[in-house]
Amino acid sequence: MSAIVKIQDLTKRYDDGKLALNDLSVEFMRGEIIALLGPNGAGKTSLISIICGLTTISDGLVTVDGFDIQSNYREARSLVGLVPQELMLEPFETVMGTVSLSRGLFGQAQNHEYVEGLLSRLSLWEKRDSPIRELSGGMKRRVLIAKALSHEPKILFLDEPTAGVDVDLRRDMWRLVKDLQAEGVTVILTTHYIEEAEEIADRIAVINEGQILLVEDKSILMNRLGKKELLIDLSESLIEVPQGLAGLGVRLQNGGRQLSYSYDMATEKSGIPEVLGALKIEGIGFSDVHTEQSSLEDIFIELVAER
Amino acid sequence: MILNFYAIKAIFKFEMSRTYRTPLQSFASPVIATVLYFVVFGSAIGNRMTPIDGISYGAFIVPGLIMLTVMTQSVANASFGIYFPKFLGTIYEHLSAPISSFEMVIGYVGAAATKSAGVGCIILAVSFLFVPLKIQHPLLMLALLIATALCFSLLGFILGLWAKDFEQLNLVPALVITPLVFLGGSFYSIAMLPSHWQTVSLFNPAMYVISGFRWAFFGVSDVPITISLLSIVILAIVFFAIIWRIFATGYRLRQ
Ligand SMILES: Nc1ncnc2c1ncn2[C@@H]1O[C@H](COP(=O)(O)OP(=O)(O)OP(=O)(O)O)[C@@H](O)[C@H]1O
Ligand SMILES: [Mg+2]
Repeated sequence: MSAIVKIQDLTKRYDDGKLALNDLSVEFMRGEIIALLGPNGAGKTSLISIICGLTTISDGLVTVDGFDIQSNYREARSLVGLVPQELMLEPFETVMGTVSLSRGLFGQAQNHEYVEGLLSRLSLWEKRDSPIRELSGGMKRRVLIAKALSHEPKILFLDEPTAGVDVDLRRDMWRLVKDLQAEGVTVILTTHYIEEAEEIADRIAVINEGQILLVEDKSILMNRLGKKELLIDLSESLIEVPQGLAGLGVRLQNGGRQLSYSYDMATEKSGIPEVLGALKIEGIGFSDVHTEQSSLEDIFIELVAER
Repeated sequence: MILNFYAIKAIFKFEMSRTYRTPLQSFASPVIATVLYFVVFGSAIGNRMTPIDGISYGAFIVPGLIMLTVMTQSVANASFGIYFPKFLGTIYEHLSAPISSFEMVIGYVGAAATKSAGVGCIILAVSFLFVPLKIQHPLLMLALLIATALCFSLLGFILGLWAKDFEQLNLVPALVITPLVFLGGSFYSIAMLPSHWQTVSLFNPAMYVISGFRWAFFGVSDVPITISLLSIVILAIVFFAIIWRIFATGYRLRQ
């Protein structure tokens, strides 16, 4: 896969001196869904704002499909659609009016068929003549998506698309993103919801304090950093961990009714046979054995804490 | 894409639709204000005024009234047009779109000027109901009307870009623009002022524009028509240069 967005040594310092992006480099691949994951103030919105032209570059180079976003801004921006983090819409304008404006701004002739299809797909066709102030929050977010897609962009940025959105709409959004990917659109989204990144992203970039901590295939990331936990439910509760097991790093929990053993999936030897062998030697009966995998959330917290 | 025509058209259309949504505010209120001026100044006071340069006072104030409205409305329309998206945050879309600042100016200023020139035409039509009028240079009159609307819309656009809040947006027209327009000879000839005030008036750019517009109506004016024409061109260039500067530095638009 080739890169469609290239960011090289990008630095952003705001007028008040705040360093939001610190010599950041990253590439987004053609056709992928990539999630930018990071805590509040990490620089996610700043990064997107620069690529989309809302904010100036302090230092560095950004190209979109080979076009420099500063010197070839027309070509670069024509390819990009942006759904901002905040719900920013003209309250008195109609859905149709505002979507038509977007399409025009991006240099496209009006195409009624396409816009009808787009609005229907986002369940907004019935509302096309309603003023935006009469729409619910979820609908407004969909209007923003319709605006961003109005000019048929090849790259879509979604800045926290599912913040404050109910479960149904979130699922709709995920489906839409997958569909767009199937149509060849590259999707870059930011989120605080780890399960969202887990659910839809192909790759995950973790960003903190204006720097990329890592970019990795989701599955590789989960494997590489994922910790698994072996949980053994005991038939009879124990007071303390028997000698043979304590030496392996097994801990007692749930009031003496469960043993837990953490292991790293990346290492060759899990140590599970040894634990099970020791159980037998100590003569400890158990009713159930199961494993739990650490989520991206745990991985993420670990990564951020490491720095 | 050398010029993004679709974007200019889209901005223009979007701005105009704001006008149609509020027809009362857009058209009725300036017309009512004008009718009131005619009743008060034209009929009540005008009857006691001697003709100025051989023109009845009622007719004399027509060009001034049109200019007063066109200038203030242009500033109001254009400043609001660009300030509102800044205030709402919807300006993000313009900043992310493949448009140049030039196209943005044409779209916003074009729409603002169209609106106020339209209102100017309505006022002219209304004034025919009150006073007999014969326009000596109708084409020049129309050209000046449009040029003034464009020029003051540029000024409004600057104001809208600069304003940080609604107070600034309202204060500048009230404290600067309206006084300049009123004192620029909308309702009197500069020659009627004491001589030192005449000198002061020479520093008022609005005076040159109003004088030129009146010349197009009656062939008489406070300053020669060529100077009026020149001053409109200079004003437009100055305003455009300021806007250029604002966009070049990203001032108050891009952080
Ligand atoms: N316009 C601005 N002026 C000054 N500082 C800013 C501006 N915008 C953002 N910042 C600062 O830059 C840093 C990065 O902010 P940014 O909005 O990019 O973070 P984020 O990752 O999107 O956070 P969140 O998850 O809360 O949306 C923060 O410290 C923020 O305070
Ligand atoms: Mg953000």
